[in-house]
Amino acid sequence: MNSVILQIAARYIKALLVLFAMIALLRGHNYPGGGFIGGLLAALSVIYYGFAFNVRQVREKLKVNPATYIAIGLFLVVLSFIPSILNQLELMQGVWLKVQIPVLGELKLGTPFLFDMGVFLTVIGVTFLFFFSLTKVE
Amino acid sequence: MQNILLIYFLFSLGIFVIPVKVFKYKAIVLALVQVGAFIYFASKIPIITDGETINSILNWIPELGLNLSFILNGLSLAFALLITGIGALVFIYAHAYMKSYANTDRFFFFLFLFSGAMLGLVLSENLIQLFIFWELTSFLSFLLIAFFHEKEPARKAAFQSLFITGFGGLILLTGIILIGSVAQSYSLTEWILKADEIRSSAFYVPGLILILIGAFTKSAQFPFHFWLPGAMQAPTPVSSYLHSATMVKAGFFLLASLNPVLSGTIEWTYIIPLFGVITMLVGAYFAITQTDIKAILAYTTITALGILILLIGVDTKLSIKAAILFLFIHAFYKATLFMVAGLIDKKTGTRDLSKLGGLAHYMPITFIVALLALFSMAGFPPMLGFLGKELVYEAKVQSPGIASLILIFGVAANVLMIAVSLFFLKKVFLGKKNNYSKNPNEKGLFIVGPALLATLSLFFGLFPNILGNSIIEPAIQSIFLETYHVKLKLWHGFNKVFFLSLFTVASGILLFYLIDKYPKLLENWRKLNNKIFTIKLADVFSNGLDNFIEFSKRNTRVIQHGYHRYYLLTIIVVTALLLWFQVFVTRGWELPTKLSFNPFYISGLIGIIIISTIFSAINKSRIATIIAMGVAGYGISLIFLYYSAIDLAITQIIVETLTVVMFVIVLQKLPRFAKLSSKVTKIRDLAIALVFGSVMTILALKAVQVEFNHTISDFFVENSYLKAYGKNVVNVILVDFRALDTLGEITVLTIAALGVFVLLKKKKA
Repeated sequence: MNSVILQIAARYIKALLVLFAMIALLRGHNYPGGGFIGGLLAALSVIYYGFAFNVRQVREKLKVNPATYIAIGLFLVVLSFIPSILNQLELMQGVWLKVQIPVLGELKLGTPFLFDMGVFLTVIGVTFLFFFSLTKVE
Repeated sequence: MQNILLIYFLFSLGIFVIPVKVFKYKAIVLALVQVGAFIYFASKIPIITDGETINSILNWIPELGLNLSFILNGLSLAFALLITGIGALVFIYAHAYMKSYANTDRFFFFLFLFSGAMLGLVLSENLIQLFIFWELTSFLSFLLIAFFHEKEPARKAAFQSLFITGFGGLILLTGIILIGSVAQSYSLTEWILKADEIRSSAFYVPGLILILIGAFTKSAQFPFHFWLPGAMQAPTPVSSYLHSATMVKAGFFLLASLNPVLSGTIEWTYIIPLFGVITMLVGAYFAITQTDIKAILAYTTITALGILILLIGVDTKLSIKAAILFLFIHAFYKATLFMVAGLIDKKTGTRDLSKLGGLAHYMPITFIVALLALFSMAGFPPMLGFLGKELVYEAKVQSPGIASLILIFGVAANVLMIAVSLFFLKKVFLGKKNNYSKNPNEKGLFIVGPALLATLSLFFGLFPNILGNSIIEPAIQSIFLETYHVKLKLWHGFNKVFFLSLFTVASGILLFYLIDKYPKLLENWRKLNNKIFTIKLADVFSNGLDNFIEFSKRNTRVIQHGYHRYYLLTIIVVTALLLWFQVFVTRGWELPTKLSFNPFYISGLIGIIIISTIFSAINKSRIATIIAMGVAGYGISLIFLYYSAIDLAITQIIVETLTVVMFVIVLQKLPRFAKLSSKVTKIRDLAIALVFGSVMTILALKAVQVEFNHTISDFFVENSYLKAYGKNVVNVILVDFRALDTLGEITVLTIAALGVFVLLKKKKA
């Protein structure tokens, strides 16, 4: 497919989608969004780009194997359980770290975010794996 | 105590990581760890002899009554000392023995893990935990027996032992659960407290039988005994360890530790001795006609196990005492003899009795060691074995009920054992020297273990009370739960037992003389055996297994036919029927009385969804179908949005988009759209669609009427920000409250993706 309109649009839309995915991931805890939605959006941006240009090239540019995304994602998920074990809480109970940042105020970092990051990466990896398997690029 | 186990598991892993090429003395390090554990357990002897026990509990899944619960009492101490002590010697021996083989990293890993599992088994206080270690030993012994996996007999024997002991383990588990349901607990201490209740319950007999099957399979009792001779396919250090201190003794350990709970009934005192007696006789009978020295030893192990099980079943104070003593006797001489057999095999290149002879000349130390061990096996004074035999006879004489029968068979088995011991000694070490391809010697660390153990057999024979007071006495006390003093002596005076013993020795020597003098006799005996025992249990077993596999294959071919459409059909039809059944049973659904079309744009949206669905079903272009389905999906997400389920709506939109994209990709690969189905199949599919669709509609209508339980959702809403610091309840549920569900979901996704990946992978030409 060689559509100039699609290709030019894809360049901007790709960036926008990635940005959107990041926002969805980061704000997920308080507003609509989250790792699952973010992951799908991020994967969609690459798929869109692949459609506009060439799937094979996109796959080569990606360098990282889709399965690696999944592996890192699941690893992060498991990693997010460790603080609860170390603090002798129930397994998977959230552990929060409150950091005071000047000007911006209090930042709450918690294991649920790590978990969400894991979901994010896993979803990206799974979608990529579907996509590249179906397009026979893998 | 659990730290010791942790050390075992960590060391086995740690040692696996360092290859033997880099560090040659792995086995020695592991032997030192065993020595350390031995010293640890030995240091607990004073506490245990005072009648105390050491307990430690780690909570695991308390809701299910599953805790990591460890106990060190007299019995488990005795076993722990055997496992670690003989373990250390076996590792020193293995260091010398395994030098010439490949993959020793794996070997030491398995063997050390096996030690750890066995220790875990004897230290377990919770019976479910005991079962886990039990199966672990079965599994590891499978790996050890199959160590020479390039040889077919080894693979076969390994499978056999795994199936029999693993199967026995599962049966044991059901037995434990049955008895556990009576006692309301899986803790051994609890069981002992509720022993009377257990014995009088209706579950007692079935529970006992199941537990017995478990113990019998592990301890190679008739009719499950045949896996044990097969297991000699393992490298000799393994055989030596498996036969003497571990694995096959686990069944005995289980029955001994459950003795306070289950014994004292007619079932116990009849079933167990019956199988014990048969096993004892079978083992001794077949031992004498073997030609492979390892096979002889394997069959004598079966005899010894029969004696142990028999004694536990007779269930008098004397018999338990005899059993515990015999446990040590057997461990000492059997470990020694297997190591000697391995050494002979290594140095001469053969294990065949007819090719051996005159080895005393080449290996004088080995000869003395073997002499001591064989004397202990035959029960000659002043070895520990003599004491054991006397005690065993005494126990049999005094056993209630079927004493005379047990006694006769016992004497017969012992006569055979004496003949076997002497025959073994004569054939291997004495007689004329054969020509050996290699020049036999006894260099290396081979002889350390056997020499030490044989010396112990002699030493404890002379000073039996050192062993008796420190280890046997507490072990018996932990079975009887009361103080019991053990006094062992070599000389019992002229009594019934002494004359019985004299008679046994005389007949044994006579039998040895006969088979030695007239080799034809043994030859014919073998032929006779082959004629009578044409059915070999091991073959029956493997044939049965083959037939079963064939049967399963046939079944699988019918059920797993490979047609995706029929799989889907089955799933949908079954689901629809089950749902219809449930709808029919519960009833209570009704059509909404009034239809509301407000607001108009939602009604319109629903109209669009319906139209696009119908369109997708009837139109003839694939791409149009997919787009129409996409329209329906977007419509639904708009409805979500209207009811302010924003997260759901976003997800639905993205997933819908992705689905359409994926469909479009797949579409390119498909052949041209064609109608292949006949009219009949079309009508069938329509019927199925109607059945399924209608039940879903009814369910949706019913869902509206169901009283909704608000407690859970209220909890989430209330605590979302307070406890989980998140304002988006949906996301907090996903990543915090119900994180386990999400973990499950992403795991499923991963597996699905891998499935797609594997299925669509380009096939290599």
